[in-house]
Amino acid sequence: MSEGPFATYMNPSTMPLPFCPGCGHRTIVQTLDQALVSLQWSPQSVVLVTDIGCIGLADSYFRTNAFHGLHGRSITYATGIKLANPDLHVVVLIGDGGCGIGGNHLLNAARRNVGICVLVANNFNFGMTGGEHSVLTPHGAITSTTRGGNPERPLDVCATVGVCGAGFVARSTVFDRQLPDLIARALRHQGFSLVDIWELCTAYYSPNNRFNKRAMFELLEYGGWATGVLDENDRPEYAHTLRQQAMSAAGRDGKAGQKGMRGHLFEPRFAAHIDGRFKVVIAGAAGGKVRSAGHLLGQGGLLSGLYATQRDDYPVTVMAGHSVCEVVLDTEPIGYTGIVRPNVLVLVAEEGRARAMPWLAAMAAEDRAYIAQDLLNARAVDTQAQVVPLDFGSCQRKDFRATRRNRAILGVAAVLRREGIYAFEALEAAVRETQRPEVATANLEVLKASAAL
Amino acid sequence: MREFIDGNTAIVRGALEAGCDFFAGYPITPATSILLDMMRELPRLGRTAIQGEDEIASLGFCIGAAMTGRRTFTATSGPGISLYSENIGLAVMGEVPLVIVDVQRMGPATGAATTAAQGDAQFVRWCTSGGFPMIVLCPATVSDCYALTVRAFDLAERFRSPVFLLTDKEVATTMDTVEVSADGMVPYPTWTHGERNEVPAALSARERNMARAECTFAPCDYPSLDENAPMSPFGGPHLVRFTTSTHDEHGYLTRDPAKVDRLNTHLVAKIEQHREEIALARLDASDAEARVLLVSYGISARAVEEAVRQARTHGHPVRALTLLSLWPLPEAALFEALQRVENGPGIERIVVAELNDGQIRREIERLVCGRQEVVGVHRLDGELITPQQILEKGGLL
Repeated sequence: MSEGPFATYMNPSTMPLPFCPGCGHRTIVQTLDQALVSLQWSPQSVVLVTDIGCIGLADSYFRTNAFHGLHGRSITYATGIKLANPDLHVVVLIGDGGCGIGGNHLLNAARRNVGICVLVANNFNFGMTGGEHSVLTPHGAITSTTRGGNPERPLDVCATVGVCGAGFVARSTVFDRQLPDLIARALRHQGFSLVDIWELCTAYYSPNNRFNKRAMFELLEYGGWATGVLDENDRPEYAHTLRQQAMSAAGRDGKAGQKGMRGHLFEPRFAAHIDGRFKVVIAGAAGGKVRSAGHLLGQGGLLSGLYATQRDDYPVTVMAGHSVCEVVLDTEPIGYTGIVRPNVLVLVAEEGRARAMPWLAAMAAEDRAYIAQDLLNARAVDTQAQVVPLDFGSCQRKDFRATRRNRAILGVAAVLRREGIYAFEALEAAVRETQRPEVATANLEVLKASAAL
Repeated sequence: MREFIDGNTAIVRGALEAGCDFFAGYPITPATSILLDMMRELPRLGRTAIQGEDEIASLGFCIGAAMTGRRTFTATSGPGISLYSENIGLAVMGEVPLVIVDVQRMGPATGAATTAAQGDAQFVRWCTSGGFPMIVLCPATVSDCYALTVRAFDLAERFRSPVFLLTDKEVATTMDTVEVSADGMVPYPTWTHGERNEVPAALSARERNMARAECTFAPCDYPSLDENAPMSPFGGPHLVRFTTSTHDEHGYLTRDPAKVDRLNTHLVAKIEQHREEIALARLDASDAEARVLLVSYGISARAVEEAVRQARTHGHPVRALTLLSLWPLPEAALFEALQRVENGPGIERIVVAELNDGQIRREIERLVCGRQEVVGVHRLDGELITPQQILEKGGLL
């Protein structure tokens, strides 16, 4: 690529600019060029990001990198580019229309203080599609979609990004001779910067509203629109912060890739006592460690040389309502992970009863339904299965009590003791080897207490 | 050695193995654990992960990062794909390599967040305006999740294209027993039909095709209609233009009919002319006497696997085809599955099992043109298709 100094960043081969006579976009494009010339950044280090609307045509006329994207999304592409390479100078050119459709991204880029420079070419309407009103159209203005006068209040884009914490915020007009310097300051700013640049749309907004330079200055003065640099701070820039965090995380932790994701490895070392498939359903209350109980049952299976699957069903609220866990254990790899008719069903809380009912109905005399005694007392259970009451009260000792939080694990432990699917020691080993020490200590007590059931 | 993990975990491992260095996403059940794992693991590797303000921003971040040289990845569920749609179109137009996971849940709209469904099979194929081809891989097991994720990253680079990994709540969150080695998940290809089905080719994602530093770079100048132009990152040796608009070889908007036609034909041809290179399937055609072929994908293929086992136990011959790519459909594998063995009766009936109202069944009907009877096993009540239902429809009881 060419070496500096750079007399212009415009592309002579694509000229002339495509804008209407008198359109302010021409001034904004030329002013951006002047600002870039004053900074002398290498063209390869500059990415000009645009989206849809007349100002979105501008990127074709620059000899820098260019990303021309979807309407309102330029700030998201710019953010991705900056995050991927924080050393790049990322400039976003949008219109007042982009401030509406891309408003959410504008708020969040300002809030993050991601180091992109947003130049708003604000001519108060959609020039490309026929002069419709935008979120920046003044109150009372006539546009093709506000023929009775704009009933909406315009967004103060500077105040909005300012309150979100933007690093540099300014408002000016295309008539400002200091505009190149102002844009250069915005470009140089490390964090998020935005300049709201007022201009004329000579095709629509100006003729519809007798809006000329004088009218613009009257609106600025009497409408209470502040100009100049409105906010400037040195909050840390987001992309550099993320890169810094990643570098310190990587330095702290040598684990990488798959190994960083490594879970528990299971070498079979206990005896399994089944010779085919064994299906267990555990039904209870969310927050009752139902899934944890099922997971331990599966892990114990792996420690016993069995294959296991675990399928959970729970509402999105996680801590309320039912929780159901289906565990399949088999001597062979398991295809189908659903359970139509379990060998064993464990019901430990009322919340799980409704979900358990179809299984209980499908079970036959040789199947076993382990059901909490209090649930049996409350309401009869309709099943052909042999019902084994779980009297959790019998577990009570001086230092141990059955609770809603440990019933599921107590129930699974009781099932394992009676059904002998695999050695009970395998379940204890699963607790010891896979759970955090304080959790494991408590759960080993639970397993011990299950002997009373 | 074995591990007890779910599909989402295997997908994250596959992405890390494939060299993913940028993730952006937004929380949504049942895809959230991928976001959580990537947000934890990528910074530990000195790479970048970010939670966007919404799905639109998340995919926008990915596209910007991909054009800046990153290997990008995102994960969502059906409602998120709705919001991704416009940017998927952009990724098609700008030929952006990236991998998108859709962990299907029941739709439409919010639907049922924790309920299994396979209703996005056609949605992901047709999710962009303009209607251009899409690559969609579809794992059925935890091991598939790993292998196909690596493969998805590979195809994204090969075809400069977004590649979907279509899973579902069951494949994503059901724990299964997988064989592992000291180095990680065992790298075996899970498909019988498809390219790179030998170790270790299956389990590596190729490097990006980059333009030489000294060349005169035309960002959209593909060497032939069905091959892609090399890439160059923003901030690299070239000036790079990227555009959402119909463009010429230099990335400038054009309405020149010849150039417009060349671009649009390229976007179709680069996928369509390589259908069999992309297609993946697992075929079990060991029963020469079979009159019935069971076709399925995703979680429903697990019920088919069990149905096959039961049918054979009871002396009923049967064949089974698991579609590991939905788009393109593995047509060669399908026709091989239908092939009559000498003196065999030939396949008379095809049973297609899927958790929707027949989205892929209709594709199979189109392909077999009435030569076989095609029947569907469908379910829309949030429960899994059972092996029993499949055996009934197949006349295999």
